[in-house]
Amino acid sequence: MNQQRRSVLKYSAVFGLMASAGLISTVQAQEWNKAAFEGKGLDDVFKILGAGSPDKSAAVTLNAPDIAENGAVVPVGITTAKAEQMAILVEKNPSALAAQFFIPAGTDAFVTTRIKMGQTSNVYGLVKADGKWLMTVKEVKVTLGGCGG
Amino acid sequence: MADPMRVRAAENGGIVDVKILMKHDMESGQRKDAAGKTIPAWFISTINVKANGKDVFNGQFGPAVSKDPFLNFKYKGAKGDKIAVTWNDNKGDKRTDEATVS
Repeated sequence: MNQQRRSVLKYSAVFGLMASAGLISTVQAQEWNKAAFEGKGLDDVFKILGAGSPDKSAAVTLNAPDIAENGAVVPVGITTAKAEQMAILVEKNPSALAAQFFIPAGTDAFVTTRIKMGQTSNVYGLVKADGKWLMTVKEVKVTLGGCGG
Repeated sequence: MADPMRVRAAENGGIVDVKILMKHDMESGQRKDAAGKTIPAWFISTINVKANGKDVFNGQFGPAVSKDPFLNFKYKGAKGDKIAVTWNDNKGDKRTDEATVS
């Protein structure tokens, strides 16, 4: 608890300095969820996103290849019936959270993007619908890693 | 100024399919240069898409999104909608490109 409070204080101090120095706008500092993207493991990210332990659901579809030859470019998509937020997580990446999306009303619960994977890992598709978090998991085998070098 | 993005938006049956290809290195912060020094992370952190001035999509990227990020989503709209895509990266650079739904 104390540790968490400390890091929050640290982040806000750093962001405050950067904002006052004009390096970044304050709006941007509020928008980008630094803590979530720097969370190392799955549980960290779930906690920061406020997802707790999401239920596995068949309503969420994760479109990802079984085998990705090149870990630098892995096409991943999430499709579901309804969503307010969606997130893509890679269990064995240095930071689990790859991308997070906010879906306003009128936009379909569908998104596709391309991510990097360091090694073979489970990929998680997370969806928040009606205030509840759901998820689906798929293992993607990577022949050539895309994070190191 | 960063390189332009490619934005394609096509309407079919009341649903607009938007495809965006951004031009960005998306340096992961994990790679090392020839001297063994870590290359600092440099990536698009936030992306916002507006249609006729109204938000239709917001995204946040980490450094684990591929180089030259691709994004595809769909929203309820019509032909002639003006799409404006804006990204910000973690170094404070930004770019906006516009397209018209066909």
